[in-house]
Amino acid sequence: MNNIEINTFSDLIRKGITPEILFWVGCAGSFDDRAKKITKSFATILNQADVSFAVLGSEEGCTGDPAKRAGNEFLFQMQALNNIEILNGYNIKKIVTTCPHCFNTLKNEYPELGGNYDVIHHTQFIKSLLNDGRLKVQGGSFKGKRITFHDPCYLGRANNVYEAPRKVLEKLDIELSEMKSCKQKGLCCGAGGAQMFKESEKGNIEINIKRTEEALETKPDIIAAACPFCNTMLTDGVKNKGKEDEIKVMDIAEIIKQAYDS
Amino acid sequence: MFIKNVKKIYRNINLGIKINRTDNTKLRFAQMLRIAFGQSKMIDKPIVGLLHIIVYLGFLIINIELLEIIVDGIFGTHRAFAPFLGSFYNFLIGFFEIFALLVIISVIIFWFRRNVINIKRFLSSEIKGWPKNDGNIILYVEIILMLLFLTMNGADFWIQQNAPNYNYIKAGSFPVSQFILPLFDGISSNIVFIIERAAWWLHIIGVLCFLNYLYYSKHLHIILAFPNTYFGNLSPKGKFSNLKSVTNEVKMMLDPNADPFSTSINHEISKFGASDVFDLNKVQLLNAYTCTECGRCTSECPANLTGKKLSPRKIMMDTRDRLEEVGRNIDLNNGKFKSDGKELLNDYISKEELWACTSCNACVEACPIGIDPLSIIIDMRRYLVMEKSDAPSELNNMMSNIENNGAPWPFNQMDKLNWKNEL
Repeated sequence: MNNIEINTFSDLIRKGITPEILFWVGCAGSFDDRAKKITKSFATILNQADVSFAVLGSEEGCTGDPAKRAGNEFLFQMQALNNIEILNGYNIKKIVTTCPHCFNTLKNEYPELGGNYDVIHHTQFIKSLLNDGRLKVQGGSFKGKRITFHDPCYLGRANNVYEAPRKVLEKLDIELSEMKSCKQKGLCCGAGGAQMFKESEKGNIEINIKRTEEALETKPDIIAAACPFCNTMLTDGVKNKGKEDEIKVMDIAEIIKQAYDS
Repeated sequence: MFIKNVKKIYRNINLGIKINRTDNTKLRFAQMLRIAFGQSKMIDKPIVGLLHIIVYLGFLIINIELLEIIVDGIFGTHRAFAPFLGSFYNFLIGFFEIFALLVIISVIIFWFRRNVINIKRFLSSEIKGWPKNDGNIILYVEIILMLLFLTMNGADFWIQQNAPNYNYIKAGSFPVSQFILPLFDGISSNIVFIIERAAWWLHIIGVLCFLNYLYYSKHLHIILAFPNTYFGNLSPKGKFSNLKSVTNEVKMMLDPNADPFSTSINHEISKFGASDVFDLNKVQLLNAYTCTECGRCTSECPANLTGKKLSPRKIMMDTRDRLEEVGRNIDLNNGKFKSDGKELLNDYISKEELWACTSCNACVEACPIGIDPLSIIIDMRRYLVMEKSDAPSELNNMMSNIENNGAPWPFNQMDKLNWKNEL
């Protein structure tokens, strides 16, 4: 993979270029080894589709989502106001992000604090690239594969985005098989509400294992995710079931990038 | 008595904090029509949804008959509407009867679901005891009222046919109650008349008693579902409220020119988050009164499904129980709340329950009448974290990471673009 360009807003602005879109990478996408693969896939897609974009790099701070869900409104608003200052400083209008938590927070919770942007989830963005013909994919190695899609709570129920990721998958001539609880009724992976960062309370099974079991019931070749945290939880779940050699957990961006390559 | 109790509910709900949900009247009205009047979310579970719609329609439709019963009672008439409606009256009465029968069948099925078939959401610990009895009482009363209605009609029909001396107007069609006519054969017409009158009286008395029972029961939803859906949340479910009081303080902290001792900043000491019902907003308290304890929320909750203590239904029931306790306290102390050393937090809802939530919104989505248990959970977490610094230690680590390096993990913010080098 050569000539993939990743620029920061500050670099481009210095050169007199104003990128159309900010790619908000998020903390998981920046630091978590598994999630970084999603980031790289999506950045590659943006390059291939000739999208004028940039990232914030070290100027990007946590949106404050986990702090807010944990109840720390102070910390959330500190993060939010700091981020808004930077975003407004660059006069950013349009943000695309691979993390539904960042997506939800930027889209819904920043406006009241002075941050008004057009915020798009990467599955929606990929869908529009495909629809506009800026990105062309064929089924390739995915043709006929059985894929089940896990709805991230903060994309689905929280923001009513159910169709975009499915529409993207359907472009690949795959066999989409739904889990018994999907869309509005989709079961959480167990990471939301700051649970990602703590041990769970006493119970009889971990939520991610339960969700993985539901996914395995559909006998998938691939479990598709659209959130770095769901991805981690389901990857762990599949490992726990000893199925990691047969069943892959992949982000929509990774699937599209791989389809494009093949 | 009913009006007195309605006033109490109104007063108790007004113990909550103000929240502006009066915008967007049209959308709110549409939401109320769709969800409460149109029962649109009941059919997420098709079979019980349909049965519920039958009982609901039965309730609405048969109340038209109740109107006639009341008119008859006040003016001493008998079947006062019959002369005005002609053959349409026959149709109406026939229609009522069929619905009465359908209601009886539905209610019997409901009773079996609650008491015989082991349905998980009816077995949870929070609905043992009174809540279970409450549910069954409602079902029994509904059956009795419907049976009285049919008995009244049957006896009336028998009198119309067999006892002309009572001068009963020959009106109505009786597709269901005609089958009980043989029961009256051989009984003197006086007795049948008494049965008819007794059923009439018991029906109206039963309805009035039931109306007064509502205050003590989860059955309040038949009224409160309407305001509850009207004042329901219209924003995306992922949007949590931003605390204004916090915004002011944070802005001051971030502004190097702000003078923390300046008198212009009004230092109203506000409490962050909620530890008791006084700290919740009015809509949350209305939610608590509206909850029908059906448990659809709990049966979708990932924490509950995996054996954790959290049950969104219990959050709502606890909130109502505590609110009613506070209300009684106010009644006893001449209109003023006297501290009773108890709170919603700990005395009703434990920290373990609060920290088990994944904020996934499944409970909010599942509720057929727009109740939001999640907002209460988050408000209580806010109290724990911001007033008590009482978060699980791993969350404290996560938060200090965000504070120090802008990410929930201990990585340096300067390294945020390192992934670029791996391309």
